[in-house]
Amino acid sequence: MNGTGSGLRAGAAALAIGLLLLAAGLWAAGFDAAAALAALWQGAFGSWYAFTSATLVRAVPLIVIGLGIAVAFRANALNIGAEGQFYAGAIAATWAGLHLGGSSAVVAIPAVWLAAGAAGALWVALPAWLRLRFGVLEVISTLLLNFVAESLVSWMVQGPLQEAKHIYPQSDPIAAAARLPLLPGTRLHMGFLAGIALAVVVWYVFRRTVWGFELLATGTGPRAARVSGRIDIGRVTALALLWSGAIAGLAGGIEVGGVSYALFQNLSPGYGFTAIAVALLARLRPLAIVLTGIVFGALEAGAQAMQREAGIPAVAVYVVEGVIILVLLLAEATGRRARTSVALPDAEADPA
Amino acid sequence: MTTPALELHGIVKRFGPVQALRGADFTLAPGEVHALLGENGAGKSTLMHVAYGLVRPDAGAMAVRGRTVLPRSPRDARRLGLGMVHQHFTSIPAFTVAENIALSAGWSVRPKELRQRVLDLMGRVGLALDPDARAGTLTVAAKQRLEILKALAADATILLLDEPTAVLAPSDAEELLRVVREFAAGGGAAVLITHKLDEALRAADRVTALRAGRVTLTGPASAQTPDSLARAMIGSGAPVHGGPRPAERVERASLIRCEMLDLPREDGRGLALRGASLTVAAGELVGVAGVEGSGQRELLRTIAGLARPLRGRLEVAAPVAFVPEDRTTEGLIGELALTDNVVLGLGRGAAWVHRGRLDWKAARERTSFLIRQFGIRASGPDAPAGALSGGNQQKLMIARALELAPRVVVAENPTRGLDIHAADDVWQRLAAAATAGAAVLVYSSDLDEVLERADRAIVVAKGTVTAARAGAGKAELGAMMLGGQPGGRP
Repeated sequence: MNGTGSGLRAGAAALAIGLLLLAAGLWAAGFDAAAALAALWQGAFGSWYAFTSATLVRAVPLIVIGLGIAVAFRANALNIGAEGQFYAGAIAATWAGLHLGGSSAVVAIPAVWLAAGAAGALWVALPAWLRLRFGVLEVISTLLLNFVAESLVSWMVQGPLQEAKHIYPQSDPIAAAARLPLLPGTRLHMGFLAGIALAVVVWYVFRRTVWGFELLATGTGPRAARVSGRIDIGRVTALALLWSGAIAGLAGGIEVGGVSYALFQNLSPGYGFTAIAVALLARLRPLAIVLTGIVFGALEAGAQAMQREAGIPAVAVYVVEGVIILVLLLAEATGRRARTSVALPDAEADPA
Repeated sequence: MTTPALELHGIVKRFGPVQALRGADFTLAPGEVHALLGENGAGKSTLMHVAYGLVRPDAGAMAVRGRTVLPRSPRDARRLGLGMVHQHFTSIPAFTVAENIALSAGWSVRPKELRQRVLDLMGRVGLALDPDARAGTLTVAAKQRLEILKALAADATILLLDEPTAVLAPSDAEELLRVVREFAAGGGAAVLITHKLDEALRAADRVTALRAGRVTLTGPASAQTPDSLARAMIGSGAPVHGGPRPAERVERASLIRCEMLDLPREDGRGLALRGASLTVAAGELVGVAGVEGSGQRELLRTIAGLARPLRGRLEVAAPVAFVPEDRTTEGLIGELALTDNVVLGLGRGAAWVHRGRLDWKAARERTSFLIRQFGIRASGPDAPAGALSGGNQQKLMIARALELAPRVVVAENPTRGLDIHAADDVWQRLAAAATAGAAVLVYSSDLDEVLERADRAIVVAKGTVTAARAGAGKAELGAMMLGGQPGGRP
């Protein structure tokens, strides 16, 4: 489609501007900017191992959570609580993974994912109910539950799920059967394939199903959707939140099963928030989310390398992420203005 | 000849592919009310937007009181003594009447001083409002009064009014026209954009008609008839409408049956209607008359299944098609394509839905068919609904409603803001639905339409529903609409 092409161009331009500003900032602060950018590149794409084991491994949670966010945002249900739902999923996955020692992987992996998804949905159930029953804004309720989830994790790893020796604030490793198979020679796990498959499923739901259309109608024209008498917008919004939470929870399960094998505090370096940018940059398009997820995964991976090789704090890369978002928002706003001025004669004919 | 208050000469304006104005001339004399007529899209609003600095013309000149100027913004225009009352409301709901006036006139908001100034203004103009009422709580008619006060607050000498009576009941429209006439008599000059011919003839000294961006007629109102004006606007003589349909009434099944309904007001404060009873038979087209806010909205929406009665019996045959008044927020989703909007209206029972899956190709083909069948002017089924003109949006909504093969059709003000051609088309479609056996219930704020087009009329006033006498005229219906209507509703 036409829009995708221009979106890609704008995205590439935004990335370039962001990197340029990063280089300028590093240069101004007295760092060797060329060496830093080289380290960034090396860390993200420098080798097959870097690409698969650093970039793609970090892209997986961003892609999966990004898809979950797209489901909610499409219905204009602003789920800012993916971070918390991710942790809820991680807790449930760890618990399930610890109790599945005797079973085979064919049973254990789906069971872990199921537990993670259910926990994510459960974590968003309260905001969904509050929104449906009392009209409480989900932006606030989901956001606040992030802090609760983080506290719950730190209690879990010092309490019920703490490792057997009760020394470290972490859980025991989950059963081998519950761990995801790896791509040989790398740390890339099966969760990447699951993310791509999920993107295709979400794409299908958005494009080809009545429910996908109901999400869109509820998100873009809630009053029209209600007055049409065909859509129960409260139900659609609540379901969008529940599925969104389930998918974010699944991401937590995939992370535990594929990367950490145990529950830690700070398991997520803010994936739940970065994924909002991932989803928005892709304009909530599922297949584009795979791409933006990889770009952000690369930035995060490169940032780690930059810190190791050039001694530059990894947070500097947030400059790039921030600039990308700003540039794209700007491009969209100017694009919208151009469109509205063309549409003026119609607006003028019927402003009612 | 005296210097004109406002002169526009050879104004040309193109919006993308649309040529809105093709060299339009317009002269407003001091002390006159000048009606500017034209169908939707004829360029009336655009021409006045040029005068008010909202639209920059591609070519042409303008003079205010003999001085050649071209305002670059509404602020410029206000400095030149122009004031505009827009078709839509431009007040801030959370602000009081006085605060809204201060905001628009650039007055200080020190409470006592402001209150006095606002009261002075109201006295001078002859329009009363509670200065401390919040704009959001005003009735439609009161909001319109506020818009006029705002336009006049900054000492405007030239007033541009864009279809100010479109949403008003007859008595409120009369009051507004009186204010405008007084303003002109006091030395001001006013342009009244309208497509109500009788209003133009009644209220204006002179009339100018636009057709497709060109002036087709200008001259004293007294020399014109509704027919001559309609010819100037449309070119091919007045539209032919069927008038009342033949009343060969066989005993038919009642498809809408309301008995002693108590309906809550939409805002939840008290009752909108008490003990309302109404029966509409298959094949009937019933018109609903009522002053804005009398409860007709609640009645129609309850019958359409969007609200529940508190008490009483309600039987409505399915399927029910509902055409809401507000095209752009309740009827259609402007950002989405025509196909999407058709899909929205037909829901899960549509032919293109198979077990939760959507066959977009089938939906798109059906939408293309409806576009052709209803003569909807759009670039195609993928065009966003928001890009259509009001008349075409209305056609799309009617097409979508009738696509349900409804046994009951409920429509709210379906011709609001439409030109005569488009309005005629809408009424014919509704009449055809009735002829095909549906029970059709239509509210219109235009009393003439109700009288002309409906088989019979009901009046909603003072919380009750009353059937109008067969053959009742406009005066009788108008009196019923106002019958005991408590003045100055909040």
